Amino acid sequence: MSQLTEIRWHARAGQGAVTAAKLVADTALLQGNYIQAMPEYGPERTGAPLKAYTRVCSEPIEVHNNIQNPDIVIVLDDTLLESTDVCEGMHDDGTLIFNTTKTVEEIRKAAQVPDSMKVAVVDASGIAMDTIKKDMPNTPIVGALAKVTGLFPPELVKERLKITFGKKFSQEMIDANLASVDRAYQEVQE
Amino acid sequence: MAEEKKMFSATGNQMVADAMRQVDPDVMAAYPITPQTTIVEGYDKFVADGRVTTEYVNVESEHSALSACIGASAAGARVATATSSQGLAFMWEELHIAAGMRCPIVMANANRALSAPINIHGDHSDIMGARDTGWIIMFAETAQEAYDNTIVSFKVAEDPDVLLPVLTTLDGFVTTHAMDCCVMEEDQTVKDYVGEYHAKYPLLDTANPVGHGMFATLGDGYMKYKYTQREAIEGALDVIEKHGKEWAEITGRPFDLVDAWGTEDADYIIVVLGSCAGNARFQARQLRAQGKKVGVVRPRVFRPFPAQQIVDACKNAKAIGVIDRSDSFGSAHAPLALEVRSALFSAGVQIPVNDYIAGLGGADITLAQMEQVFTELEQCAAGEAKKSITYLGIDE
Repeated sequence: MSQLTEIRWHARAGQGAVTAAKLVADTALLQGNYIQAMPEYGPERTGAPLKAYTRVCSEPIEVHNNIQNPDIVIVLDDTLLESTDVCEGMHDDGTLIFNTTKTVEEIRKAAQVPDSMKVAVVDASGIAMDTIKKDMPNTPIVGALAKVTGLFPPELVKERLKITFGKKFSQEMIDANLASVDRAYQEVQE
Repeated sequence: MAEEKKMFSATGNQMVADAMRQVDPDVMAAYPITPQTTIVEGYDKFVADGRVTTEYVNVESEHSALSACIGASAAGARVATATSSQGLAFMWEELHIAAGMRCPIVMANANRALSAPINIHGDHSDIMGARDTGWIIMFAETAQEAYDNTIVSFKVAEDPDVLLPVLTTLDGFVTTHAMDCCVMEEDQTVKDYVGEYHAKYPLLDTANPVGHGMFATLGDGYMKYKYTQREAIEGALDVIEKHGKEWAEITGRPFDLVDAWGTEDADYIIVVLGSCAGNARFQARQLRAQGKKVGVVRPRVFRPFPAQQIVDACKNAKAIGVIDRSDSFGSAHAPLALEVRSALFSAGVQIPVNDYIAGLGGADITLAQMEQVFTELEQCAAGEAKKSITYLGIDE
């Protein structure tokens, strides 16, 4: 039986959601999985709401449309809750991970998440400000994803980051990103 | 198996740019347009980095891009380019000239909607505008196939029995921009496969002067010329299969003019082009698990149209659903449906056909839509009448 995991990302343009969707895919690829990652392109304006998708499967992936019934939803900006139903189409036993300073209970209420679904929160923006010195919650949130879902170990995320960032960033920047993954892995609350 | 070749992640556009890099054509003249941009951007970087020897010509429009390509091809060069949507539309008069002058240009097209209203997303409205221009047209389902088709395109275009331009197409965003699992052959493997190109009648061969695209007006010269074009593209089907199979032998990845899934015993068949075929197959697998005999047929080549292969794949079905990603306004049928119906009629095969339009302007083509089509095909075979064309996914 093939194991398919479908992830939907909710973010605002400029938060690096597409990069994160690809980072998750590329990390899963290191484990020998088949992957897909795609953005849902709308108007390219910083701050505009956007969705992105990641598929991970032990078998080749035939479908190529948007993900309608995600197993995991990741929300990079909790102000999106005012305009977006982040639970739309989710499986009853799905998992939601929020970048927020709110508590699990607060966000569950705000996003109207049914009790059957798992909710996790992490201040990915705060961690990014501490480590990367920029509000880029996309890298740390992947550390939280690793912890909450066990999709892959955090070490593998860091290995993949070194491959991706090794070509274009300074060692200082790479180390900051790696540290952000570790902190989110440790600090995420369920 | 993936053990010999390393699987990596890439978008369709990256794969097309790399296929062209491996072929290393003499000339590329191109103009950027979403969602093709990353092909020419990527290729321009290969030029800047000295990884190819191609002369890259910056032009001010798609009209000029294809004009420059035609000039270079007539001069004797191996030529490639890429475009999309309004860009392909803007090339319209040159499309006919490239085919008429028998220029074996390879052009990638990122299939996209046409204005108005403005839409940058995927469908087949642009490429279907090129269906009667004399170009060979191939559709990729995946990023991997976009790579393979692009390489095979050079071999087909330049075959002395063909000498026609080829459009190697991939669906906008779903294939051009989505990251998918891919493998790539060695540069040398590709170079050996396509071989060196020696133009048959290059304009720059001053010892043997020739004219290209000459005046052919009154009398039967023009008609005779057009007849040779028809012969050339009809004959191209066998050549595409031959070179495709040769590439399949090298790569281990199948190449069929028509990809037929489950058709041996299928009662209900969806015929579809490009990236959404996987969705149709995925849904067909679910229905097969419930005991329903369903199949999916996907032409990989649209021009020349593989009519016999379509008939062979569909002839035992009880009902066929054709899903088009463009409309032909004022015609009773959209482009793919017209071809399928014509193929069945000419072969004397009488099977009811339902026409569907889906995914215009990047509208998501869902599994639920595929299920709807299969359900309606069952009803159709049971004698239930249906209106001529159904637009899937909207309240009509």
